[in-house]
Amino acid sequence: MDTSDYILQAIRVITLRDYNTRMVILGTGLLGAASGVIGVFLLLRKRALLGDAISHATLPGVAIAFLLSVWQGGSGKSLPLLLVGAALSGLIGGLAVLMLRQFRRIKEDTALGVVLSLFFGIGLMLLTLIQQIPQGHAAGLEGFIYGKTASMISSDALLIAAATGLVLMITILLYRPLQLLCFDEGFAKSQGWPVVLLDALLMTIVVIVTIVGLQAVGLILMISLLVVPAASSRFWTDQLPRMIPLSAFIATLSCITGATLSAIIPRIPSGAAVVLVAVFCFLISLTFGKVRGVFWLWLREKKLRRSYDREHILRDLYELLELHHEQGVAPTPPTPPESPTPPLTESNSNTNQQLALSTHVSVQTLQQRRQWPYTRLMSVLYRLQLQGLVLLHNLERVRLTASGFKEAERLTLDHRLWELYLMHHADVDPMRVDRSADESEHALGPEITSRLREIIAAEWEGRVPPSPHPITPSGAGINQYGTPQQNISDKEQR
Amino acid sequence: MSNNLADWQFYWDLDGWIILAGMLCAASASLLGTFLVLRRMSMLGDAISHAVLPGLAAAFLITGSRHSTFMFIGAIAVGILTSWLTQWTKKIGKVDEGAAIGVVFTGLFALGLVMIVRAADNVDLDPSCVLYGAIELTPLDRWMIGTWKIPRVIITLGIVLLINLTCVTVFFRSLKITSFDPALADSLGISSQATHYLVAALVAMTAVASFESVGNILVVAMLIIPPATAALLTDRLSRMLILSMLIGITSAILGHLAAISIPRTFGFSSVSTAGMMTTVAGILLITALVAAPRYGLIASVGKRWAWTVRVTTEDIIALLYRREEKGIPGMKSEELIQQLLLPRTSLWFFRSWLTLRGSVVVQNGLWRLTDHGRSLSQDLVRSHRLWENYFSNEVGLANENLHQPAERLEHFTGSEIRKKLHELGSSQEVDPHGKPIPPERNP
Repeated sequence: MDTSDYILQAIRVITLRDYNTRMVILGTGLLGAASGVIGVFLLLRKRALLGDAISHATLPGVAIAFLLSVWQGGSGKSLPLLLVGAALSGLIGGLAVLMLRQFRRIKEDTALGVVLSLFFGIGLMLLTLIQQIPQGHAAGLEGFIYGKTASMISSDALLIAAATGLVLMITILLYRPLQLLCFDEGFAKSQGWPVVLLDALLMTIVVIVTIVGLQAVGLILMISLLVVPAASSRFWTDQLPRMIPLSAFIATLSCITGATLSAIIPRIPSGAAVVLVAVFCFLISLTFGKVRGVFWLWLREKKLRRSYDREHILRDLYELLELHHEQGVAPTPPTPPESPTPPLTESNSNTNQQLALSTHVSVQTLQQRRQWPYTRLMSVLYRLQLQGLVLLHNLERVRLTASGFKEAERLTLDHRLWELYLMHHADVDPMRVDRSADESEHALGPEITSRLREIIAAEWEGRVPPSPHPITPSGAGINQYGTPQQNISDKEQR
Repeated sequence: MSNNLADWQFYWDLDGWIILAGMLCAASASLLGTFLVLRRMSMLGDAISHAVLPGLAAAFLITGSRHSTFMFIGAIAVGILTSWLTQWTKKIGKVDEGAAIGVVFTGLFALGLVMIVRAADNVDLDPSCVLYGAIELTPLDRWMIGTWKIPRVIITLGIVLLINLTCVTVFFRSLKITSFDPALADSLGISSQATHYLVAALVAMTAVASFESVGNILVVAMLIIPPATAALLTDRLSRMLILSMLIGITSAILGHLAAISIPRTFGFSSVSTAGMMTTVAGILLITALVAAPRYGLIASVGKRWAWTVRVTTEDIIALLYRREEKGIPGMKSEELIQQLLLPRTSLWFFRSWLTLRGSVVVQNGLWRLTDHGRSLSQDLVRSHRLWENYFSNEVGLANENLHQPAERLEHFTGSEIRKKLHELGSSQEVDPHGKPIPPERNP
């Protein structure tokens, strides 16, 4: 088959020209919608693998129905009879899960596992019996469990359509109680809803969908359709009314895409194709999902870290200026030959600013103080320069600009306000306030800071109060044992 | 073929090995399964049994042979991968365990299917033929160990059991702490993460080795059912491990015996041994659910029932005592039913119970206390009134609210507490309603 054949085949499939393709796409699509909807409830009820347990639990029902039919003189291969047997046995399995959960020593997953393995074991045992009776050819029964998507016919599609209709109807009619059941079982009970009955109803729907699906598309695809789309939709939204259609959409999309792919590309089983597309959708959702997607979380975290870094460096620059002024420690060896520095007092902000504009701090000093890797420090400084807050000279020295000084002053003010607040109102040891303030200043919003100003800054009239703890060139403070405090840099490097 | 139950035959050289294989598999699986059940990972075994498919396919594609060693290695690698991916999905995506398992194993299975169909279309690589053995075939493939001809399966499973036992013994403390309190474990410097992967790797190895030798359903069942049964019987981890292994081994022995004997009654030759072993394990579980000493159905229902009987009989004799105080001897059955809101049908029971205990005589439908009954009820009424005093003096409840709490507490009050209450009430001899407090029976 060359490329043109592929294209022709693709066109045939996409335009739904084949009866068979039409049925497969329609049938799996509808099945996807039904299982996507019901899967959401299972997921939220923390019973995602109920479909797994129920599909395995159908086996003894099939075998018993077959045996009964043979015993009554029939051939045993009557599909409706086998379906009824499977449904009954699946339902009994589901109810057994519910009953096992009543024992507090048996947890949800154990209940599912017990039912799954026990029923399947009994089923296997009965199948070996069937193999020994003359009319019995268990081969047909195996095919019943592992259905074949590609051979779907219109009656299958019709059956699936009926099941889908039923699921949608029940979901709409009983939306409210089912929602309560999933989110707060206790509350549902207190509102007078018959929780056990609702659970059993949910179970019945799962059984119906599973039986119909098992027979049409097989065991693994059925389990997958019940779990994967629902789990994917959870990454996009927190709200049930949106989750349900989204999950149904993802499931339908995976089914249609999978069935189409399998029809176009030779030797791809359609069930496997559907599962792989669904898992692909899951991975996309896991990464880019709007609410819980890993990518957005990572981005948010990175942004937050950047803003912390920026604030830390600006404050460092301000504090180094203070230090340079008060203790005569030179921030930039050798001291640049600028004008004689006027004192950095609290009263003359303008003079302070001039001082800031004329004083350079070496990158090395900053690095000693923060103990950050060089690249991290430089990337922060570059970004600050892009924002017009600092000026970098030869990658060695850095000074604040006018707007940079204002920003640094504001940040230092906020930080000190927090320190004072923590000391006076929360009784934190002065030697430890720097760290506590570090933790809270980033996390709390501007409203809280302005309220803080009202509480504390009245006495400072908007000026930057002096640091309540000594500031050293290498670290932000001295701990109570008089040794330079390393905590901050430790924390930062983590 | 005989239709007689007594006609079945047991051949040591066949059935003995089959039972031994079943026992080894059951012991390994139940040992590890205990940790799976405690860690709420019970479905992992089932997931691995489906997920190994791409491992088989990859092993075949790489080596080009269907030799079972390569298949085994591939399957174990994917088994470990399954548990790792599950853990990763759960952690990164904050999805619950079940959903994570569901996504991973269905995805891997589908991948395996595509790999097989695409690359090895004309090669028969059906997992049910390549990997999944049947326990009935155990005695066929033998190795010579010295002068002994031992089935290969027995050797494989024996080694697996040995590895499992060693790991569980060596890492018992870590396994125990991480199973019950991962946070505590981490604070003690035991990595709950590493322990998790240890369990997962052991499960993968055990599962794959067992699929290959005795079939998948048996190991999936033995990973869950015996530990669940043991959990109903004991609270201690060490006992749970031993019990769970014993239950697994018992199911294996009884299962095979049942598989070769019971079907004869119905005119069949035998049934699947793995299926029957699972069924027996299931029957043992159901027995435990019904009859377990603490968590079983009978125990919990019986406890509630015994309590109801005790409270009701005490209420009856206390009521009779109060009647006597008022100078009315005895009470009619009708009155009792009305006063205590007893179901009419249960009256005969309490009547015979109390008569048997010698607390009450019933003559012409009139209930009277015997001396024994009187002294019993005296204590109850004394407790009741002492409590009323207490609630009135110490708690400051209003008089009309005293009866309710005292009525409830009187059933729990022993002579020590009565003595204390008596002292607290400054040895008062009347209750707040003005009724005398009867003396202690044995002062």
